[in-house]
Amino acid sequence: MATSKSELPQGTLDLLILKVVALGPVHGYAIAQRLGQVSREVVQVPQGSLYPALHRLERRGLLSADWRVTTTGREAKFYRLTRRGTAVLAEEAASWQRLTRAVGAILALAPENAE
Amino acid sequence: MKRRRERELEKELGFHLAEHAADLAAGGRTPAEARRSAQAAFGAFDAAAEGCRDARPLRWLNETGRDLRLALRGLRRRPGFAAVLLITLGLGIGATALMFSVASGVLLQPLPFSHPDRLIGVQERTDQATALGNLWAVAVPNFRDARAAETGVRLGASRPLGGIVSRPGTAAYVDGYEISPELLDVLGLSPARGRGFTAADNHRGAAPVAMLSAAEAQRRFGSAARALGARLVFDDVGYTVVGIAPPALSAISGAGDDSVGIYLPLGADPDPRLENRAIHPGLSVIGRLQPGVSLPAARAQLDAVGRTLAARYPATNHGRTFVAQELRPDTGDASSTIALLLGAALLVLLLAGVNAANLLLAHGATRQREMAMRVALGAGRGRLVRQCLAESTLLATGGALLGLGLAWLGLPLLITLWPQGLPRAAEVHLDARVLLFSLAVAVGAGLLFGLAPALRVPREELETSLRPGGVGGGPTRRLHSVFVVAEVALAMVLLAGAGLLGRAVLRLSAVQPGVDTHHVLVARTALSAATLANPAATRAAWTQVLDRIRAVPGVESAALVDTVPLREGNNQINYWTTSAPPPVGQQPSALATCVTPGYLQTLGLHLLRGRWFQSGDRQGTLPVAVVDESLARHAFGAADPIGRKIWIGLDNDPQTIVGVVGHVMYWGPASDPHAKVRDEVYDSFDQLPDRYVRRWSQLMSVAVRTGVDPRSLLQPVRAAAAGAQGGQVLYEVRTMDELARGSLGQQRFLLLLFGLFAALALGLACIGVYGVLARLAAQRTAEIGVRMALGARPAQVLALVLGHSLWLIAGGTACGLVGAVLAARVMDRLVAGLGGLDVMALLAAAGLLTAAALGASLPAARRASRTDPVTALRQ
Repeated sequence: MATSKSELPQGTLDLLILKVVALGPVHGYAIAQRLGQVSREVVQVPQGSLYPALHRLERRGLLSADWRVTTTGREAKFYRLTRRGTAVLAEEAASWQRLTRAVGAILALAPENAE
Repeated sequence: MKRRRERELEKELGFHLAEHAADLAAGGRTPAEARRSAQAAFGAFDAAAEGCRDARPLRWLNETGRDLRLALRGLRRRPGFAAVLLITLGLGIGATALMFSVASGVLLQPLPFSHPDRLIGVQERTDQATALGNLWAVAVPNFRDARAAETGVRLGASRPLGGIVSRPGTAAYVDGYEISPELLDVLGLSPARGRGFTAADNHRGAAPVAMLSAAEAQRRFGSAARALGARLVFDDVGYTVVGIAPPALSAISGAGDDSVGIYLPLGADPDPRLENRAIHPGLSVIGRLQPGVSLPAARAQLDAVGRTLAARYPATNHGRTFVAQELRPDTGDASSTIALLLGAALLVLLLAGVNAANLLLAHGATRQREMAMRVALGAGRGRLVRQCLAESTLLATGGALLGLGLAWLGLPLLITLWPQGLPRAAEVHLDARVLLFSLAVAVGAGLLFGLAPALRVPREELETSLRPGGVGGGPTRRLHSVFVVAEVALAMVLLAGAGLLGRAVLRLSAVQPGVDTHHVLVARTALSAATLANPAATRAAWTQVLDRIRAVPGVESAALVDTVPLREGNNQINYWTTSAPPPVGQQPSALATCVTPGYLQTLGLHLLRGRWFQSGDRQGTLPVAVVDESLARHAFGAADPIGRKIWIGLDNDPQTIVGVVGHVMYWGPASDPHAKVRDEVYDSFDQLPDRYVRRWSQLMSVAVRTGVDPRSLLQPVRAAAAGAQGGQVLYEVRTMDELARGSLGQQRFLLLLFGLFAALALGLACIGVYGVLARLAAQRTAEIGVRMALGARPAQVLALVLGHSLWLIAGGTACGLVGAVLAARVMDRLVAGLGGLDVMALLAAAGLLTAAALGASLPAARRASRTDPVTALRQ
């Protein structure tokens, strides 16, 4: 069965990255994998834009990074959430929840209620 | 640091690809297939890397550095192309920097006094204007009264005087100034060494003291330190040197004259005329506005003082008051020359810029495929535009450095060649202002001419550009045509300017100025102060000087004269020819020249009626005058002027006209036809009343006609004069030929530089035409191939390409003609003797330009006509 894939709304990629990184130090490829798996391939992260986003978040001080050796024996750049990143994630996540609840409520409106 | 970050970026992205490929391979794909799929999923590697770089702080700074390095590398790969651009821009910027440094030093640089904006120049103004205007130098008593009054202005005064320093060292004429003691203070200057003048020095009978310029002290005493306290003999009076003047003081001459050697206290001058409020040599007065006093307030105060004096001394000061204006450097007509040359240099710069844009655009077109490839590979369009601009800015900056080097080399040469000496030349340097200006011009030009090729960075027509044989579209071609038209037009303006000047100089050089300028030497001559004290001794000394000079082998005749035609300095007087003088405002003016008999013949004037001055015309005989044809016509119309009387205002005694001579172009062939005062009258030094002999003798020059090269007789003539009683010194020695050439100095100088600029412009325009036609012809190779396959002969192809070129040239020439006519109008206003619109000069310029530009397009046309249709069609 062909799954229809959704475009990521503007600005949500940063939120998703922060969330994945919050689960523990992780490198870029793993982030891409996790996003794909968790969303059951619905969310297609354009991999070319993943790295610019990571670098942007690092520059804003929400992520920090260091080089570690992976289980396969290669050196990779691992990202971690900073304290500021944790705060921003909490705030953004809450705001996202509010927004989706509101959008859901509006979409759930029945025609007779509109009178 | 930067490099490490790049390495890490590459490693991080590489790790991603490798991991992905490994995962895919583990899923059963072949390694090659896995790598391909991983890459496909990732997208453009470069674009991702670019995106990461964008996230870095101070990205643009690093980027600019990289753009510049990349541009430098690109230019190094094409040294010929880069050299042509650098030289083009260097010449344009160099010419502009050169002229700007002159304009900056002469016109913009403030006077070298402290707070020069608070300084004013003060003059006297009369209600009645004469032909000489209504502004006058200030009389000494009027200056004293104004200085003593409460005006909110501190006043200081000076007057020029020259004389002979006879000890220590050899006797030589030295320029000097008499200054009031407070002048240094008013200007905010202090002596470089020793002291300035005090009130104790500044009265008649005070112990004579002097200040020397550092250069004069060096010349006379070996050093400034040794000069202090030493004795010096100036005009037969012994002075004690009390101070060394600050160099800036010489700027009171207005022109920043370096030749000023000696300063004396004004109040110690015993000349009785200085105390006369009516007829006096006059002072140049400078004032400093006191804190809180505005110029209008000072004007009102000075005017009030003037009116008070007018009431107190009605006989001399009636209708006379003081006026003030901001003190400005007196740069004479240098400003018009500078303005013209700066304009011409800017045209060259513009032309160089257009040429550079043209070359870059043509080059950009050949690089279009490279650009398209890079866009396809993920480089941002903005990035490529920036890189184009980096390249052009780099070129322009290189051009600026080259240009500044050229300006640095050319500046001393330019100042040396400047006709009659560049005023304030000491202020002209390649200073910070010039550097800043040149760099600003360079960066501005770089951005401007880099813009055209930058905006041609491919956008949508990627596919067209990438297709083999595909070429960029029409807009480039149109832009090229516009550039060529602009270049030809700019060159046309400069060529026309040069042509105009060239024809004028040719025409004016051929004009006989009314004197025979060949083989005549003129030199100012100074008698010693002791001799000048006695009129009889003075006359005897002059007779002896002339006799000794006439005895020099090779000298044909010698005479004395006060003002020499074509030389700086003149004596304008009012005259009338009826016994009742007309009102002052309506009296005609004439150039009066006082001569000894034989002067008119020595200079080679033409006697039209009557007789020359004779040795029999002496004191006690009928006072006689000789007038020129211009005065005769104005005063007497068709009537015979011989025997008529003329009043020239010295005293109220008329002189009788005994001869009429041809008009002498006193102001030079360029200016004389339009000069305000052209009438000429000559009177005899032998008949001059005794009381004027001293003053006139201070102004006298000898004129010597020689049978040989006059310069070769300078030493014997100088020795003959020095041997006469009173130790005469000749200075400012000129031949009349030199003066005649000098009178066209501005025109010749402008011609030289316009010629240079025009030649440059012509060369640049030809490069532009050649480059563009070669490229356009290359673009049309396929079309030409078809035409030839269909039977067009090479000659027809040649005509086709040349025809295209002719259209562009004609368009440029037409636009240029409009500009040339406007430029000619401006030049006609600023330069004397151009004689209005010169159609021949314009036609000659257009012809030369067309021929040269067609010549430049010939190689491209020839190559096109040799196109092999088979090869062309296969492309």
